[in-house]
Amino acid sequence: MLFETGAVTEMPALEPLLFELQREGRAGRHVRGGEEADALIPQAFTRTVRLPLPELSEPQVVRHYTHLAQLNYSVDAGMYPLGSCTMKYNPKINDRAASLPGFADIHPHQPDETVQGALQLLWELQELLAGISGMDHVTLQPAAGAHAEFTAILMFKAYHEARGDTKRRRVIVPDSAHGTNPASAAMCGFDVTTVKSDARGNVDLDARKAALGDDVVGFMLTNPNTLGLFEERVREVCDAVHAAGGLVYGDGANMNALLGVARPGDLGFDCVHINVHKTFSTPHGAGGPGAGPLCVKKHLEPFLPVPRIVKDSSGEFRRETAAEHPLSIGRVRSFIGNFGVLVRAYTYIRTLGEEGLVETGRDAILAANYLLALVRERYDVAYDRTPMHEFVLTAAKQKRQGANALDIAKALIDEGFHPPTVYFPLIVPESMMIEPTETEPKETLDAFADALLRIAKRIETDPKAVHDAPVKAPLRRLDEVAAARKPVLRYKPA
Amino acid sequence: MSSVPDDLKYSKEHEWVRVDGDAATIGITAFAQEQLGDVVFVELPEKGARVRQHSSLGVVESVKAASDVYAPISGEVLERNVKVIESPELVNSQPYGDGWMVKVRLADKGELASLLSPDDYRSHIGEGSAAAGD
Amino acid sequence: MGENPYSPHTEADRAAMLARIGIASVDELLTAVPEDARGPAMGVPHGLSEMEVQAHLERIAALDRPAHAGPFFIGGPVQRRYIPAAVPVLALRGEFLTAYTPYQPEVSQGTLQAIWEYQSLMSELLAMDVVNSSMYDGSTAVAEAALMAVRLTGRKRVVIANEVFSQYRQTLATYAKGPELEIVEVPTAELAAHAANAACLIVQHPDALGTLVDVRTIAEAAHAAGGLCVQVVEPHANALLEPPGALGVDIAVGEGQPLGIPLSFGGPHLGIIACREPLVRQMPGRIVGQTVDANGTRGFVNTLQTREQHIRREKATSNICTNEAIAAIMASVYLSLMGPTSLRAAARLGVLRAHQLADKLAKLPGVTTGNGAPFFDRFALRTPLGGELRTVLLAEGILVGEGIGLHYNGVGDGVTIQCTELTTPADIDALVRAVQDSVRAAAALPPSREPHSN
Repeated sequence: MLFETGAVTEMPALEPLLFELQREGRAGRHVRGGEEADALIPQAFTRTVRLPLPELSEPQVVRHYTHLAQLNYSVDAGMYPLGSCTMKYNPKINDRAASLPGFADIHPHQPDETVQGALQLLWELQELLAGISGMDHVTLQPAAGAHAEFTAILMFKAYHEARGDTKRRRVIVPDSAHGTNPASAAMCGFDVTTVKSDARGNVDLDARKAALGDDVVGFMLTNPNTLGLFEERVREVCDAVHAAGGLVYGDGANMNALLGVARPGDLGFDCVHINVHKTFSTPHGAGGPGAGPLCVKKHLEPFLPVPRIVKDSSGEFRRETAAEHPLSIGRVRSFIGNFGVLVRAYTYIRTLGEEGLVETGRDAILAANYLLALVRERYDVAYDRTPMHEFVLTAAKQKRQGANALDIAKALIDEGFHPPTVYFPLIVPESMMIEPTETEPKETLDAFADALLRIAKRIETDPKAVHDAPVKAPLRRLDEVAAARKPVLRYKPA
Repeated sequence: MSSVPDDLKYSKEHEWVRVDGDAATIGITAFAQEQLGDVVFVELPEKGARVRQHSSLGVVESVKAASDVYAPISGEVLERNVKVIESPELVNSQPYGDGWMVKVRLADKGELASLLSPDDYRSHIGEGSAAAGD
Repeated sequence: MGENPYSPHTEADRAAMLARIGIASVDELLTAVPEDARGPAMGVPHGLSEMEVQAHLERIAALDRPAHAGPFFIGGPVQRRYIPAAVPVLALRGEFLTAYTPYQPEVSQGTLQAIWEYQSLMSELLAMDVVNSSMYDGSTAVAEAALMAVRLTGRKRVVIANEVFSQYRQTLATYAKGPELEIVEVPTAELAAHAANAACLIVQHPDALGTLVDVRTIAEAAHAAGGLCVQVVEPHANALLEPPGALGVDIAVGEGQPLGIPLSFGGPHLGIIACREPLVRQMPGRIVGQTVDANGTRGFVNTLQTREQHIRREKATSNICTNEAIAAIMASVYLSLMGPTSLRAAARLGVLRAHQLADKLAKLPGVTTGNGAPFFDRFALRTPLGGELRTVLLAEGILVGEGIGLHYNGVGDGVTIQCTELTTPADIDALVRAVQDSVRAAAALPPSREPHSN
């Protein structure tokens, strides 16, 4: 049986391992020659341990990965409503742009004069992101959102130290924050103070006030937060942090909701990162790559990582040297960033233009609110006020009826959909965080809502029916306990 | 209902203590292992290590949670349970038996007074004394 | 409306959706946003059609000089290597490329198995027990390895060789600022003597200038002092050289880009990190493990997740979440296509070309190559022009590596020359001729205009 989305039920049977398909002596002929090289390497250095890489013919390799690909759910195949992940459609022109020889086949050590196109694109992207975020300066180096968080908190440290203020040791993080926030603060050597959310899903102002002091480095705030809610007193929070001498970090994970709606730079944030693999449609690549440009206000500019891209008065573009930025925290990775991802983001922004970006933010919010209107008759909302681009349901009621959020997620797979984010944010029991994005047609939103409602109805009468889900995926539920107790992390011949 | 044996003392952080002369055996309670779910990993201090009351003694992990085990009393580690490191599921199946964690030589017997009685622990986890022996 | 070409909504759709919500306009959903901040101008130009945007990007890309456009000897952490045709065709299929992190294993077995196979292939290449599913790049893998060693040893001193790629040392220096680690840089030859109180010794083999290094001795010194040994590796070199797992190395790190991943101006690439089995609990990043489903059928899941930020938060081994999974899949496809035979051939050709080239260059008057020690597929080239040689050769359409004096302390100024299987005999002849001409021309110049290095 096939579902409308066709995303799950057409998956093939499981695929053997490369190591099971291989036979000694089987090989393609991709590169050959060079045997004389063996005499050039002193024996003390040569490989004595076996190199048991599998030996396969190219047709076998092609079928292997084609079959593996078919075992995956993807945005190309169907709706992927993972909350806070912004799984919108990934335009193909972006991929083609990134693969142009002038972009894909240039080396980061090439002199500036041979990569003027790449530098121009990056410089323009810096300018575009500054305008979109309402900030003054941008670094494109961070490889992901978490990497940008780390970069920013290290810059906060440098900022305070440059002012001779060395007593600050604490970073404040709301209890609804992504785990990357406290982890990034800890990597920067700071302690983490968690503040609670109030009944409306905002940062609890009293708790926040109690947490602030002259030992506070900064405050990490996601807005809209992971409940999909706009922080109602965002300026008050920013002002209070500033009054205590701290800085406010904007976690831009949910920036899709703000496109053309509001700019973090206008709301009081000192900086914000942008997950271009969410907001600007670059593919998530089964876990990565992303890119996490960090946009900052003027007062943080001296501390940005080096190098950045500048345009000289002659109109030439170049990478700045470390010597030009004595207060910089240094480089946070090799080279100027995940260029191939940034090219895609640039292509997307230029394709949509100002008006298209405005429409994106509004459509994302419209889609989430519409979907919520459809499903709320059978699901409880965790914090019941108007959400932005995503919303968080709680399956607490269903749990009492005998099936939990995980069961609902797995039942959605049998309905042909990828499940939403479940069990996050941590502050909502049995949470289901749903982000439809602006690129799902109304018919798909309707079908997804129908599936969710069907599952809720089934749970009301026969909760056990979903305990065994999924039954239509290539595999049944996997034993994560066994995987963790006796880890098998690579192939070992029997 | 979680089992709370009557012959043990308890901490608010859900450890149990079985005193035997100068020595004491420490583990986590049935309630704690139920909250954690299937335990997949246990980390314990080496023999000879000194542990301080209320400080971290080790870690127990399930697939989706990691939890510190706090020392309910101070002392020197006489033995750690190698079996529970190899088979963490013992924490689930026999929390008061083969799922024990460490044996310590008590540094200060006075600390025992700060521990909870079985009844106190039952009310701490919201279960009346009727649960005793379950 | 109708401004986002990827939006499926008609005006009728939007009207129906608003009606179902019970509002007249999206504006009614934005009341929590401060009024004066609403609807800002962003300064983005008007949108383009697909055809227009393609032409625009082609125009910009045409301003760059691609690596294949002429003799190319830039290398180091990022290498121009042959990419079999099937690599992008398979790895960049939409089912891999447009999937998220495999949070739902039942519908993500493609990703999970491909990554698990990557872990397996890489661990065989490096002869290491455990490989994670990727770090951002080689530099952050080095930094994370150092942090791992710091956690494992409780020491805050990290000793790294000068001959590690400069970007890696700079990134490590940045990462050290948070936990306030002491970073000591010494020549490789002095690493072993600095083992006392070090969390780890970080050595690169072959090093940034291509020299082969006796890693075993350094690992022994680290262990004797109670520390760990971290080796920076290059994937192709391990096809011919004794791998880290056989040298006593505890953590191996490096850049996986040469395994079928395009240059892309430095990213996205592939950070490799591998360790011995007992250290796995301190490993950063995602790891895929094998298990079974409810029917007992083999399958794969993300495992040992309590190390990670989404569970351990501030106590996690790292903050990494999004990684470079698709690059790991590309490397996996590359290794399965190349197999041991083509992989060895690619590595050998680089070695052969580098030695042929070095021999010819060393015969030129005033020119020296390498440092007398055995080298792999890369070497330092020193001429009277110093780092200026780079600019002079560029005018001849030949690209060579960065001026090394800038980055490698105590090493005389020059440039680095990288060879791979794509280096042709004609490229070699072109470089030899151009170096000969430049050195001659420089010698003929009056002293005041002689290019010099600082």
